[in-house]
Amino acid sequence: MNKPFKTIAAAASRREVLVVGATLAGSSLLVGCSLPDMLSSGSKVEVGAFGPFLKFAPDGTVTVISKHIEFGQGNHAGLAAIAAEELDADWTKVKVEQAAANAKLYGNVNMGGTQGTGGSSAIANSWTQLRTAGAAARAMFVSAAATKWGVPASEITVSNGVIAHSSGKQAGFGELVSDAAKVAPPETPVLKDPKTFTLVGTDRVRRKDSQAKSDGTARYTQDVRLPDMLVAMVAHAPKFGAKVKSFDATEARKVAGVVNVYEIPTGVAVVASSTWAAKQGRDALKVDWDESKAETRGSAQLLQQFKDLASGKTAAPDDKKKGWKGFDSKGDAAKAAGGTAAVEVTYDFPYLAHATMEPMNCVAMVGKGPTKLVFGSQTPTLDQMNTAKIVFALPGSVEIETLFAGGSFGRRANFQSDYVTECVHIAKKVGKGRPVKLVWTREDDMRAGYFRPLVHHAVRVTTDVEGFPATWKHRVVTQSIMKGAPPGSPGGGGIDFTAVEGAMGSPYLKATPIVDAQLITPDAGVPVLWWRSVGATHTAYVMEHTVDQLAKKAGKDPVEYRRALYQKAGAGRHLAVLNLAAEKAGWTTPAADGWTRGVAVHESFGSVVAQIAEVKVENGVPKVGRVVTAIDCGTAISPDQIAAQMEGGTCYGLSAALFGNVTLTGGVVDQQNFDTYRVLRNSEAPTVETYIVPSTAPPSGVGEPGTPVIGPAVANALLAITGQPTLSQPFVKA
Amino acid sequence: MATTVDVNGRPLNVNSPPDTPLLWVLRDELGLTGTKYGCGVAQCGACTVLADGQPIRSCQTPISALGAAKITTIEGLGGNHPVQQAWVKLDVPQCGYCQSGQIMSACALLAANPKPDDAAITGAMDGNICRCGAYQRIRAAIKEAAAMPAAPAEQPAATAPVAAKPAA
Repeated sequence: MNKPFKTIAAAASRREVLVVGATLAGSSLLVGCSLPDMLSSGSKVEVGAFGPFLKFAPDGTVTVISKHIEFGQGNHAGLAAIAAEELDADWTKVKVEQAAANAKLYGNVNMGGTQGTGGSSAIANSWTQLRTAGAAARAMFVSAAATKWGVPASEITVSNGVIAHSSGKQAGFGELVSDAAKVAPPETPVLKDPKTFTLVGTDRVRRKDSQAKSDGTARYTQDVRLPDMLVAMVAHAPKFGAKVKSFDATEARKVAGVVNVYEIPTGVAVVASSTWAAKQGRDALKVDWDESKAETRGSAQLLQQFKDLASGKTAAPDDKKKGWKGFDSKGDAAKAAGGTAAVEVTYDFPYLAHATMEPMNCVAMVGKGPTKLVFGSQTPTLDQMNTAKIVFALPGSVEIETLFAGGSFGRRANFQSDYVTECVHIAKKVGKGRPVKLVWTREDDMRAGYFRPLVHHAVRVTTDVEGFPATWKHRVVTQSIMKGAPPGSPGGGGIDFTAVEGAMGSPYLKATPIVDAQLITPDAGVPVLWWRSVGATHTAYVMEHTVDQLAKKAGKDPVEYRRALYQKAGAGRHLAVLNLAAEKAGWTTPAADGWTRGVAVHESFGSVVAQIAEVKVENGVPKVGRVVTAIDCGTAISPDQIAAQMEGGTCYGLSAALFGNVTLTGGVVDQQNFDTYRVLRNSEAPTVETYIVPSTAPPSGVGEPGTPVIGPAVANALLAITGQPTLSQPFVKA
Repeated sequence: MATTVDVNGRPLNVNSPPDTPLLWVLRDELGLTGTKYGCGVAQCGACTVLADGQPIRSCQTPISALGAAKITTIEGLGGNHPVQQAWVKLDVPQCGYCQSGQIMSACALLAANPKPDDAAITGAMDGNICRCGAYQRIRAAIKEAAAMPAAPAEQPAATAPVAAKPAA
């Protein structure tokens, strides 16, 4: 590494730390900016002349380094486009490369500087960072060209990857890269006026991975094949919290290809030379489980306990931590319990599996040099920390090569790094740095927990003379997702916002004079986790379906009723998406023969989505046809991928509303595979039209906000068809 | 105890036991990892390959049951098949994990029914789950491919890659 390279690299790193540090100040997750430094110690990542996010090749290829995993969201295209816009690069020559694990360089600004993808934050937290990186590199190329050609930098233009001067001199990034690399990056790069954008917001911003994902060459964890690699499968306890008492591996060891059998904290692992041998070996194990500390309650029993807490039949613990906690409450709570209720209902939501197409898996190498992981890591920093504890190393020294993942929807990120640490434990037993690929079968994946929690809501609303909410009493009972969060995290001490977000902050509560809203989070042994759109998976349903029942009671049109409430609450963005969706759907005109419309609006992850769904009932099952979607997600980077996320998010939410259901009997998960955990199929998938509200605000989320709105939109259509509310999910009982 | 399997136009000797599902022979022994494992019980379609042009679930098909059937995997389409072109043009994939199976089912559909209507499309594609919910683009891409010059799906492309030997 020559001297200018070193100096520039250091400069780029300093700039990066400033960006991360400035945002950290506003975060409650971490103290100061020492944690990314600490987590990255021992890490070896080479930063090039153009900083941690950009590389230029002599052939003119521009590589944008993504600190975020791509598991379907289309973020790789969006992230690349942000940098390419400021560079004025030729979009056809832009490639995307996945970043290494290094929180100091690649921390998520919205996650307190730890590296991870989630909360629909990839584009939002990278917006300024990648614009700055692109603008800085562009300035370096312009400066290099000016020096080489002996012309003023101010006379040089860059357009579609061509650096040019009016004298006729021109060059591509590739021709000038070695000169530009010697230029010191500007202290404060000048960003473009968004009005001059030529790429961002256009239909040219399309996925970069469609070819590889259509010809079988895209590489997922499942596809990793390394010399001498072993494949591992694990016999897991049938009940959460059970441990191995004893096991007999005699038959397992007889299976051709089985290499060894180990007891690990989560069960008994069989390692073999092939996946099929590992499975046959695993299935031949005889394991006795110690269930003395296992969760043995069923989901029906847990739900009854939740209902009894909400109704007051069971008293809550008189304890600040374990008792009821208020949110958005105002006015005299006694009044919310009195008067005549216009709507008084309860809602039940089951546990849900993420059911990613690629079941959880991981490749680990332990015992020779630094520990190395190869897999779809959603939260590299957490995975480094949890791995480091097992292999006794500095978190930063744990190397992670992040691959595409076959979906996640939140599943690949959790505070325990469950499937990752399982793989690391096995690889540590195998030792010598020999690669071990842990493969979960569909059944392993479905029964491993980390579900969207079971949730119960109880809502009682009284109305004023015009039929608008006068008092709103709301009780939410669910397990806490954030219970396992590191101390000091948001929600770790106070109210678990992931359990109430969407009810908390709702414009409907803002428009209601008296609110008594409370949450309680009883413990259960079933591990729970965020699941695409998290709290909104149930709060959007409760708020939106309740509002339609109130509108019906008041004899008002559901769209008109919402408009009035948004005006009372000052919810301008809600109003704008509602109006756009209503206009595009032709709300005031009749739907096609046999179809009935339902509407819902919800804000999540900084974006507001309105949907109007056309529904009919066929053989007792709701059929959803056309779904008109309007979204305000701030500045739109890739209209095509925003539409893709609305299409996919709608299917994910509809799948849950219609069919999604994990139940437990005596502590054992009843569902095993797609034959018992029903998911949406092609003939059941609606046709989604997406309309984007023009905005100059910074970009906000799109991966999750499309998920929670369809459930209530369909329920509201059913309310119009049948006159009855739908008070539990899934709509279609097995 | 070698079994001969005809994959993408080449007869290959494989050493896996005869009861091994074709899926794991393709992936672990032949290194053709484009075909995916999703459920293992023929419920999700991620492992779909063609046997003499017909879609089969390779996770439930032991190699001993193949006989002389000619197997075509995603690799055998060559990368530029009309269905693949349509998939890329419409940016169908999201996570992409199910798409090899989706594409093989679509190829089989179009070979049997070059101009399928909506009901024929969903009928043929209902066995392939996509958790990202790319269903409407899958439907649109099949129509897009149907409008292109036909390339019979059961004929592996001339450029079909040689099956890699397994890692040690």
